[in-house]
Amino acid sequence: MKRWFPYPLLTAALVAMWLLLTESVALGSILMGAILATVAVWGFAALDPPGGRLKRPRAAFALAALVMADIARSNLAVVKIILNPRKTERVSGFLHIPLDMRAPYGLATLACIITATPGTIWVEYNSANNTILLHILDLVDESTWIDTIKGRYERRLMEIFE
Amino acid sequence: MTHLADLPVWAAIPVALLLLLGASLALIGSIGFVRLRSFYERVHAPTLGTTMGIGSVLLASMLCFTVLQSRPALHEILIAVFMIVTTPITLMLLARAALYRDRSEGSDDVPSAPPAQTTAPSAPDAAPPV
Amino acid sequence: MTTTLLLWSIFLAQILLVVAMACATFRVLRGPRAQDRVLGLDTLYVNATMLLLTFGIRTGSTLYFEAALIIALLGFVATAALAKFLMRGEVIE
Repeated sequence: MKRWFPYPLLTAALVAMWLLLTESVALGSILMGAILATVAVWGFAALDPPGGRLKRPRAAFALAALVMADIARSNLAVVKIILNPRKTERVSGFLHIPLDMRAPYGLATLACIITATPGTIWVEYNSANNTILLHILDLVDESTWIDTIKGRYERRLMEIFE
Repeated sequence: MTHLADLPVWAAIPVALLLLLGASLALIGSIGFVRLRSFYERVHAPTLGTTMGIGSVLLASMLCFTVLQSRPALHEILIAVFMIVTTPITLMLLARAALYRDRSEGSDDVPSAPPAQTTAPSAPDAAPPV
Repeated sequence: MTTTLLLWSIFLAQILLVVAMACATFRVLRGPRAQDRVLGLDTLYVNATMLLLTFGIRTGSTLYFEAALIIALLGFVATAALAKFLMRGEVIE
C-alpha cells in the first residue's frame, strides 16, 4: 500500500482536481483521474522530496482562515497607500527577520503567506543563520513587523509542521 | 444576452458587485504599478489583483453559473488554487532576480549579499555576486 | 431592470480591466529595467484572465473558462522562465 500510494493526500488532491477539470463524477472519470494521479505521484516520489508532514490539520485550517482575513485587510491598506496623493510620508524598505523555524514545508508556506499578502514580499532566505529578507511597502515600525511575522505566522506554522 | 435575464435578483446584484470589486482592485493595482517609484515598491502592486481581485471575479463567475445551470459550478476553484500557488512563486523569483541584478551592479539601494556561501537552500550553486 | 443593471456592471468591469491592462502595458513599454517589463507582462496576464472570466459571465459560455485557465498557466510559465533568465542569463542550466 505504501509503495503504491506514497503520498495519499496528494493523490486524493490530484483526483479531486481531475474531477473538477472534467466536471463529472462518472465512474470513467474517477478511474482515469485515479490512474493519472497515481502515476503523477510516482513521478513526484522519484524527485525525492524532503521529509516532513502536516502534524495538525485542524490548526492548518484555522491558519488558512486567518491568512484570508489578513489578505483582505492588507488589500484595503495597500489600496489606501496607492490612492494616497501625498507621496512623501510613506517609507518602504528591506527588513531582516531572524527565524526559529527550520522545517522546509513550514518555510515554504511562510514564504507563500508573506508574498501573497499585499504590502509584504519575501525576497531572500539565508540558510546559514536562518534569517529572511523581506521588502515591506509601509515600513513604519520595524519591531511591529517582526512581531507580526513571528508571533502571528511563524508560531502557528511551527505548531503545524514541527 | 437572454441568459442573464434568467438570473434572479438575489444572484444578479452580488454578481455585479463582485465583478465591479474585482475589476476595481485590478485597476488600482495597475495604477499603483504606474505611480510607485521603485521596482521593489511596484512589485507589491499586482498582489491586489491576484488575491482579492481575481478571487471576487471567480466568486461572481461561480455564483452566476451555479444559478444558471442549477448545479454547482466548481471548476473556478481550479483557477483560484492555481493562482494561490503560482503568484508567490513568480513574485519571489522576480524579486530575487531584481536583487541579484542590483547587487551585481553594486547598487547602494539594496542590502548587500550575506557573507556565507549560500543564498538559497534549493540552489547550492547560487554563489553571491561579487 | 436588474438585467440592465447587471449588463452595465459587466460593461463597466470590462472597461476597468482594459484600463488596468493599458497601465500594465505602459510599464512593459516604459521599463525602465527588464524586471519592470517582466512584472508588467505578468500583471497583463492576470488582468487578461479576469477579462476572459468576465466575458464568460457576459456570454454565458463556459468555453471562456478554459481560455482563462490556459492564459493563467502560460503566464506563470512565461514569467518564471523570464525571471530565471534575468537571474542567470539562461533558462535551463
